[in-house]
Amino acid sequence: MFQKKTRAESGIPTASLPDIIFLLLFFFMVTTVIKKTQGIPLVTPAAVQTKKIESKRHLAYIWADEKGTITVEDKLVSTSHLGQISKIIRERLDEDNRLIVSLKIDKRANMGLVTDIQEQLRDAYAIRINYATRFKGGGG
Amino acid sequence: MADIAFLLLIFFLVTTTMDMDKGIPMILPERGGEVKINPKNIAKVLINASGDVLFDGEVVLDQELKELLRTRIKERGLDADLKPKLIVSIKTDRETEYDRYITILDIVKDAGATKISIAEPDKD
Repeated sequence: MFQKKTRAESGIPTASLPDIIFLLLFFFMVTTVIKKTQGIPLVTPAAVQTKKIESKRHLAYIWADEKGTITVEDKLVSTSHLGQISKIIRERLDEDNRLIVSLKIDKRANMGLVTDIQEQLRDAYAIRINYATRFKGGGG
Repeated sequence: MADIAFLLLIFFLVTTTMDMDKGIPMILPERGGEVKINPKNIAKVLINASGDVLFDGEVVLDQELKELLRTRIKERGLDADLKPKLIVSIKTDRETEYDRYITILDIVKDAGATKISIAEPDKD
């Protein structure tokens, strides 16, 4: 009587473990949404000499469209208060002295606006800039 | 099952492209501190309001500009850091279109110039 001890199977069945892991993987793959940067709609010019920026960490963004709408680090700056640009950029530069300012400017904008922004950047001692462009394929 | 899953995984890994920031790097001139440069080492490129390009005072086509700059860079030779001695100064009008400016900047960079200076447009 005592010899016939029922031995319950202990331990978790691992045969379906990969399936569970894959289900989890698929679940996260499907539900993950990559954050998209939002901004004012604009078309950047195309250039052959387009290069990738090595680090995203040291970037500050300035957007400007052809109507003169300017945003600096997602803050709207009015054309009559351009001094705001150097103020915001200088604050960023204080935190990070390897800062590169990326200028996303609409291709229809005029150089007057671009120059005004650049003068503000020079005021802020932010001399490393980058004109955001699309890559133009071919030799053109 | 596992094989299919891996195939799918690898497929998505390969096809997914991260949105990279691209552009033309530039260094703005610092405030103050004007440096005297041998005028022979400067090539002046002017872009007017209607988008015409003047190279040392003469109207040139985009393709011509590239060739002219290439020969000029070769003429002036290299400096101690093995960079072209020639400094290309780009000047625009306040009414010049930004797209045109980038096109010219692109051509200047494509011609091999590394020292590019941006001149302020004249105040009108």
